[in-house]
Amino acid sequence: MNQMNAESYVTADGRTIGGVVMEMKNITLRFGGVTAIEDISFDIREGEIRAIIGPNGAGKSSMLNVISGFYVPQEGEVWFHGAPRPKMRPYKVAKQGIARTFQNIALFEGMSVLDNVMTGRLTHMKSGMLSQAMWWGKAQREEFENRAQVEKVIDFLEIQAIRKTPVGRLPYGLKKRVELARALAAEPKLLLLDEPMAGMNVEEKEDMSRFILDVNDEFGTTICLIEHDMGVVMDLSDRVVVMDYGKKIGDGTPNDVRNNQAVIDAYLGVSHD
Amino acid sequence: MLYREAGDFKTSYGKDSQTFPLKFDRWAYWLLLVVAFGVVPFFINDYWLNAVLLPFLIYAIAALGLNILSGYAGQISLGSGGFMAVGAYSCYKLMTSFPDVSIFFHVIISGLITAMVGLAFGLPSMRIKGFYLAVATLAAQFFLVWLFNKVPWFFNYSASGQISAPERTVLGYAVTGPLATAPAKYLFCLVFVLLLAWMARNLTRGSFGRKWMAIRDMDIAAEIIGVNPLSAKLSAFGISSFYIGISGALIFAVFLGAVDVNDTFSIQKSFLILFIVIIGGLGSILGSFIGAAFLVLMPVLLKNIMVGQLGWPSDLAAHFEFIIVGALIIVTLIIEPHGMAQVWRLTKQKLRLWPFPH
Repeated sequence: MNQMNAESYVTADGRTIGGVVMEMKNITLRFGGVTAIEDISFDIREGEIRAIIGPNGAGKSSMLNVISGFYVPQEGEVWFHGAPRPKMRPYKVAKQGIARTFQNIALFEGMSVLDNVMTGRLTHMKSGMLSQAMWWGKAQREEFENRAQVEKVIDFLEIQAIRKTPVGRLPYGLKKRVELARALAAEPKLLLLDEPMAGMNVEEKEDMSRFILDVNDEFGTTICLIEHDMGVVMDLSDRVVVMDYGKKIGDGTPNDVRNNQAVIDAYLGVSHD
Repeated sequence: MLYREAGDFKTSYGKDSQTFPLKFDRWAYWLLLVVAFGVVPFFINDYWLNAVLLPFLIYAIAALGLNILSGYAGQISLGSGGFMAVGAYSCYKLMTSFPDVSIFFHVIISGLITAMVGLAFGLPSMRIKGFYLAVATLAAQFFLVWLFNKVPWFFNYSASGQISAPERTVLGYAVTGPLATAPAKYLFCLVFVLLLAWMARNLTRGSFGRKWMAIRDMDIAAEIIGVNPLSAKLSAFGISSFYIGISGALIFAVFLGAVDVNDTFSIQKSFLILFIVIIGGLGSILGSFIGAAFLVLMPVLLKNIMVGQLGWPSDLAAHFEFIIVGALIIVTLIIEPHGMAQVWRLTKQKLRLWPFPH
């Protein structure tokens, strides 16, 4: 499973980055005549924070949707744990240990925060219908074990006070945090964050950055995130993929990317004289 | 002042997730059970049984079923009448084919058969949502009623096309047929109501309920956290049809005794159950009971006032009853779209603070 594990290294701040967990090989995704992603390859290593950046419409979210199984690319393969992943529905991808959040919050508005976060544990809950209907033995034990796990996540993200509040009543910043909690509750091997800081003020961004770093640090969760705030991306991530018009134009450490001429051109524009 | 959580500390996850978090509610619940089982059977008469209690209990079961499907899983169904007919005719065939088996099991197996039929008619929900699904379930309604009209095997080739329940006993007491007494019928239905409501509560507070609500609130996000939409929707259809099938079997065997499928299980019945669920409160167990009580009691009350007190002719009263109930439904939905269960929730919140306003 980990034959590519050979090149693990230690980062400047002392975290160990392992071998390749997920590898995208020559992914091409088309919608009719529009090519959203064109021949993109990159990998995600165990324990790292990997960012995907690029201007609007570059295909970043499409790429995340390919990883989480919403889109099936016309060409190329997604390798997970050293083997090509067959075409599968998103709920099966979730069972493999990939969780994600959405750019525009996708919480269950009619449920409380606690129930929302508990849904993150659904892949861990196996008891059958009859035993649940009776609320005996296994079903009840399983419910409380998973509740204990969820409470850890709730403590971790400091949302204890709003546990029983219906999600519909929460402000935007907290909703984003609850969505992160739901993804974390699944104890994912790979966490995909689609613009976790979009629309936040500076304090909220700082909080969210702290949570992302803590998640990575404490649980060793591999994180792949899309973000527009360059300051945040450069500070948080270990490696960055840069996309533009569906193509990969840069890949490397934040410093490499910052000095990459193609990236600078894409972001600042280039004169054609 | 009695009604508050002060001093009622939750020290385990079990206590935190109990159905009635307040001590006062728990006492009220047990008291209600004692009255329902220990007091009502001694004072019950045929009028109260047939006009109020049986329809209330049986429609509450159907409403629980539809509430699981529409309120929790968000799938609209207009086929309740048809599924009730499946329950009734299954029960009839079972009662006449296996007269030695207890009626108790007949009713449960009727529910299971209806669940199978419900699963089959739930398959379109994979592809279609909302109004389109409602139309698909409407097809189930008309097809099933047509089937029980046209295929004589279902009514044992009787000349009238009706089915009538033979006498069956539970623990020596007749619960179906002309000799069944009011307390026996009442208790028989009450046991089913209690069991099914308890199971509905357990299912909806556990992982099945969360799957259903996740599908209802946002199906894409539900799939991304690992909910298989196919199995979640189909399980809701199955469970819902199980409940509705049992209520159909009880309507036929215990409440009416003889049934003509066109009268009893028409589209009107589907709408009645849907109104009960909407007025009571979508996504609420208690709402199913409140809604059933409202729609069963309101016509009885209006009739008593208009015919009994005011002395109007009964046909005029019947028409006024339609107008008033219809208007009440509209008013309720405007004032509180989340149904009477929400009114009750708000009242409880006020009660907790009483006599202080905030």
